[in-house]
Amino acid sequence: MKITSGKVNQLLTQSGCEHNHHHADGKGKNKACKQQAQPGLAQGGCAFDGASIALVPITDVAHLVHGPIACAGNSWGGRGSLSSGSKLYKMGFTTDVSENDIIFGGEKKLYKAIGEVAQRYQPKAVFVYSTCVTALIGDDLDAVCEAASKKFHLPVIPVNSPGFVGSKNLGNRLSGESLLEHVVGTAEPEYTTPYDINLIGEYNIAGELWNVLPLFEKLGIRVLAKITGDATYDEVCRAHRAKLNVMICSKALINMATAMGERYGIPYIEESFYGVADMNRCLRNIAAKLGDTALQDRVEKLIAEETTALDIALAPYRQRLQGKRMVLYTGGVKSWSIISAAQDLGIKVVATSTKKSTEEDKARIRKLLGEEGVMLEKGNAQEILRLINQTKADLLVAGGRNQYTALKARIPFLDINQERHHSYAGYTGMIEMAREIDEAIYSPIWEQVRKPAPWEV
Amino acid sequence: MTNVITPKKSVAVNPLKQSQPLGAALAFLGLKGMMPLFHGSQGCTAFAKVFLVRHFRESIPLSTTAMTEVSTILGGEENIEQAILALVDKAKPELIGLLTTGLTETRGDDMGRILKSFRTNHPELVDLPIIFASTPDYKGSLQSGYATAVEAIVSADYGVNSVADSQQVTILAGSFLSPGDVEEIKEIVTAFGLQPLVLPDLSGSLDGHLEDDYQTVTSGGTSLTQLQSLSNSLYTLAIGESMSPAAAILSERFNTDYQVFPRLAGLEAVDQFLWKLSQLSGLAVPPKYLRQRRQLQDAILDSHFYFGRKRIAIALEPDLLYQTSWLLQSMGAEITAAVTTTKSTILEDLPLETVVIGDLEDMENLLVDNPVDLLITNSQGKTLSEKLQCPLYRLGYPIFDRLGNNQRCLVGYRGTMQFLFDVGNLFLELEVNH
Ligand code: SF4
Repeated sequence: MKITSGKVNQLLTQSGCEHNHHHADGKGKNKACKQQAQPGLAQGGCAFDGASIALVPITDVAHLVHGPIACAGNSWGGRGSLSSGSKLYKMGFTTDVSENDIIFGGEKKLYKAIGEVAQRYQPKAVFVYSTCVTALIGDDLDAVCEAASKKFHLPVIPVNSPGFVGSKNLGNRLSGESLLEHVVGTAEPEYTTPYDINLIGEYNIAGELWNVLPLFEKLGIRVLAKITGDATYDEVCRAHRAKLNVMICSKALINMATAMGERYGIPYIEESFYGVADMNRCLRNIAAKLGDTALQDRVEKLIAEETTALDIALAPYRQRLQGKRMVLYTGGVKSWSIISAAQDLGIKVVATSTKKSTEEDKARIRKLLGEEGVMLEKGNAQEILRLINQTKADLLVAGGRNQYTALKARIPFLDINQERHHSYAGYTGMIEMAREIDEAIYSPIWEQVRKPAPWEV
Repeated sequence: MTNVITPKKSVAVNPLKQSQPLGAALAFLGLKGMMPLFHGSQGCTAFAKVFLVRHFRESIPLSTTAMTEVSTILGGEENIEQAILALVDKAKPELIGLLTTGLTETRGDDMGRILKSFRTNHPELVDLPIIFASTPDYKGSLQSGYATAVEAIVSADYGVNSVADSQQVTILAGSFLSPGDVEEIKEIVTAFGLQPLVLPDLSGSLDGHLEDDYQTVTSGGTSLTQLQSLSNSLYTLAIGESMSPAAAILSERFNTDYQVFPRLAGLEAVDQFLWKLSQLSGLAVPPKYLRQRRQLQDAILDSHFYFGRKRIAIALEPDLLYQTSWLLQSMGAEITAAVTTTKSTILEDLPLETVVIGDLEDMENLLVDNPVDLLITNSQGKTLSEKLQCPLYRLGYPIFDRLGNNQRCLVGYRGTMQFLFDVGNLFLELEVNH
């Protein structure tokens, strides 16, 4: 797949994405994806970043970054996606192009690099990422990958996602395109069941997936492919035989869901694993879509068991967290899914960001937050701090990047994004989250760091 | 003379190095009121930011000109202008550190011309120094990017401030020094009655301290007033071989004599440094350091049992590799494998036969048939150390899985002692377990 402006535009105007609904001509760009980065103010990652976030969780393949050291050297191994099998995905591979490669072109080096990786590490496949510099000098990624694939007898998947084409969000979608074009549908499962689903957009950060998979297993639902947390290459190849696609907490890979609907007739639903209410709804919706009353009965039984157990486990936390005030600063669907999780615990979410949120997300947020709730469209560290002061919040829940914003202001903080080490998904995740929030708010440190020295009073 | 080898391969596996812009940004962060500005696409800045935030556990001010595909074709002039104006408006920096990336270097933006026309178009910003460093990421590593930025810092014109301490000494602090190291160096220099002007001074900005207000730019480091008084320094002490070009620039500009101290750990190296300070100040070495010296000698005696004949592998940037390997060698250990990130003249003078410019895969290849007792490298070495079942001592960038990277001090008598105890304890534990 070449990234032409037509292609990019098509990805930005995904019909499944609510942002585009008020653009009747279909030409309007998805606001979240478009998000023109502003010189001096931009803070986000690039398209390459987005593509690697989405694909690196495929564990038994080599992820080879074709570019200078900046792209891979500063970032490899930085994400918390866990694997139950191969650890190959954790290795950093890059062509580390030098000045010479830039003058004479990097294609030869890339071809050789693929060969070296194939020979030394026997990956199931090689994913090759283009980056700003190699795209600028015009290296033909697709041609090199095709040639290398034939020569080395293994799938070599081009991921055309140079940083400068756009945001992280667009990069997610470009990676979805690569999967659609080169991976999904290239192998057949040994057998299928009426209860085969794919999970799309869940990356198994801190092992979140593992909180949820046992629930599906208990219900007799088979997760045919995870796209992509803790996935093997082969399972993604077979994803086209699922009966249902379940998109988790992110529209990042919406293009996969819609395309698989068109190509293979697989319907999709959007769900979240955060919070009791959402988890319940997720299971119910899957059962309803798979359309089988026996399954629906099993789901109801499971929900009853799990929620009863959870109520007992959460009771002490609910008591301590009742009425605490929280500011949430995160992107996309998480902005509402975490709200409902917090509200389950009796926490009042006083403000949230709506960056990367769709109109639909915002409507849900509005409903959850009520009238006084502040919705922060854009923000930076100063804005967040101002908001915390204004709302007298007890806690900031945000991505790791903002951790020190909160701590420097002596405000309790909980990390909700990529780098965290605790998993908050599913019923068990609720207990973990409650424990973490409780610990953050009630830590004995706050008094010490806020207290003036004796000679200051 | 050490033999420097570059393996012929087309792929870097588990890279050891980071890019030049990251190093340059780090150097810029040692100036007060600073906002580093990456001229490139936004992802580079985001990666660098996450990297530094995780290493230092601090919020880190970094910004980007946010080049897109279209602006790359048209040229980055407008983006640079917009970025600087937006920063002046929102972050109110006292200084801007502008650095290029692979993208804008490949494209070939004429930075000299762009900056000149910016100055013409914005006379109102005449007092805002914009320090410019050319740091393509297809060359060099963190260390060379850092050095390039320091060269840019000492080359820029900040105007002159006549009030300066007559006892002022410029200290050029290499990239291998942590904020804690810099703090220690300042303390030592001050003890001789000298006034250290440290460039860059990470001990003011990245030492990890609480401020009363939220800061959009660096809250400490070398100040503009200090930069204006650079010409008044008596002398330049360059710590780290990579700082010698910057020292030469100062010597050329202001006629300031200098000496390069390629390392500041180990009895002899610290002795030399104090001896120099004593000569510069005309004062005897303060009693505090005489005592520390005896303590270090005692520590050397106590710990040497555990270092003797130990086989050690080191993968670090050139300056840090140099300091660490000489110190270990002086304790009776043997450096049996060494990997580094980029070329440097200092590599020829290591206490070992060969050094490889490469990655952690190269290190693994060196070690498969030659097991070692200890691996010294950054946090990325964890997997390798587990595979080889040897302990890992974390050094360099990044260190994600240890606290206290800001305060950690491994130079001077005190720092050397700390290093000997840290590493000695690892060896001690091995012996007790066997
Ligand atoms: S913006 Fe471009 S050069 Fe920078 S990290 Fe992203 S892909 Fe690499």
